[in-house]
Amino acid sequence: MSGVVAVIDYGMGNLHSVASALEHVGADKVLVTHDAELIRQADRVVFPGVGAIRDCMAEIRRLKCDQLLSDALTEQHKPVLAICVGMQALMTHSEENDGVQCLDIIPGEVRFFGKGLTDAEGQRLKVPHMGWNQVRQVMAHPLWRDISDMSRFYFVHSYYVDAVDRSLLAGSVDYGVCADAALARDNLFAVQFHPEKSATAGLQLLRNFLEWNGTC
Amino acid sequence: MGLAKRIIPCLDVECGRVVKGVNFVDIRDAGDPVEIAMRYNEQGADEITFLDITASHEGRETTVHTVEQIAEHVFIPLTVGGGIRTIEDIRTMLNAGADKVSINTAAIHNPDLVRESAERFGSQCIVVAIDAKRVDDVEGKPRWEIFTHGGRKPTGIDAVAWAERMADLGAGEILLTSMDRDGTKNGFELGVTRAITDAVDIPVIASGGVGNLDHLVEGITLGGADAVLAASIFHFGEYTVPEAKAYMAARGVEVRL
Repeated sequence: MSGVVAVIDYGMGNLHSVASALEHVGADKVLVTHDAELIRQADRVVFPGVGAIRDCMAEIRRLKCDQLLSDALTEQHKPVLAICVGMQALMTHSEENDGVQCLDIIPGEVRFFGKGLTDAEGQRLKVPHMGWNQVRQVMAHPLWRDISDMSRFYFVHSYYVDAVDRSLLAGSVDYGVCADAALARDNLFAVQFHPEKSATAGLQLLRNFLEWNGTC
Repeated sequence: MGLAKRIIPCLDVECGRVVKGVNFVDIRDAGDPVEIAMRYNEQGADEITFLDITASHEGRETTVHTVEQIAEHVFIPLTVGGGIRTIEDIRTMLNAGADKVSINTAAIHNPDLVRESAERFGSQCIVVAIDAKRVDDVEGKPRWEIFTHGGRKPTGIDAVAWAERMADLGAGEILLTSMDRDGTKNGFELGVTRAITDAVDIPVIASGGVGNLDHLVEGITLGGADAVLAASIFHFGEYTVPEAKAYMAARGVEVRL
């Protein structure tokens, strides 16, 4: 039983894909909302995000989603899944938009891939990092259940997460740099890729999230 | 190993129906975009592009509904193009469930739309479509110009310079179609593909002219494209997406299998 899943909606883009995918893999009920009471009552929380970090952070703070998120994480100990810019917003600071302070829930920096990015053989790499790349599972975790190591997930981002505490790294991706593709701490799992757009592997990760009790 | 090159089937849709037909052996309704998108999803397509060629306003509302239905059933990225003219059009399609919108003629009339929409919605969802035709200069040096109205109307704009400008304004991706090759099955126009992929830092999707699987390989290896788009070779069951991927992989192209 997944119970109620609240997808936190702070007004930045369409969240129906996330909701549809959760329903597709058997969520009992999905609410796309920023209503504090509904989020408090939910059994698990998804923290998504698209677009530029400055606007996202402004809306997160204006709608007090930061408080809701930290309550869900540290007071209510609910399973929380952060996706893409949702993951980036958890960090201390982002280089995007000339530098933006983020939530500092996980200490770390969000860095620009940079111009003139190349792979190990010197081949030019385009930015944004857009498409299906392989995620190396560097930690055993319930959210990786039934997903092969080095499975491909769909990424689309120009900035990448670099967490300070390397023991939190659950998955990494190579794209000129070794970027944090997934971080895990207690009842929090954060991914840079879009599980809701990652076909079979992504749907399996969402299914695993619905069955996760929030422990590692 | 690293980022896979993408294979993108394209559906031309008019008033909620796929035109040009699609001949899968066991498909129930060859004109239903939702069923066809689901089929490509099952085949392992990396994205789906949905090109709306509907002229009427009423027809476009049908399109929104179709996008909603596809987004409910297909869990890979969906790009919607055709008739996107305003910020409101973009918002409507993104809210309906499109992951990206493709802007073509409107960018030519109003380049600022690209900047404004990238700022508002993020570069990741703004694709600029470029329809290019070869118009060599007096010395016979290759040059490509942007044409509108299905390749009939020249604009005088240099396609390579335009791609660079669109990237500077915040486009996240370029969808490049050769109007000389579109529908010919003679392969991509590799000259313009190479020129544009070399000129911009953002990903480029090659389109127009695919007739066989070697063409897909050439688009990547010679054209330098990050993704290849094709319609008829997949629609008429000449090749499936897995066949295309296996063929490309055997020739050293990294694909998602």
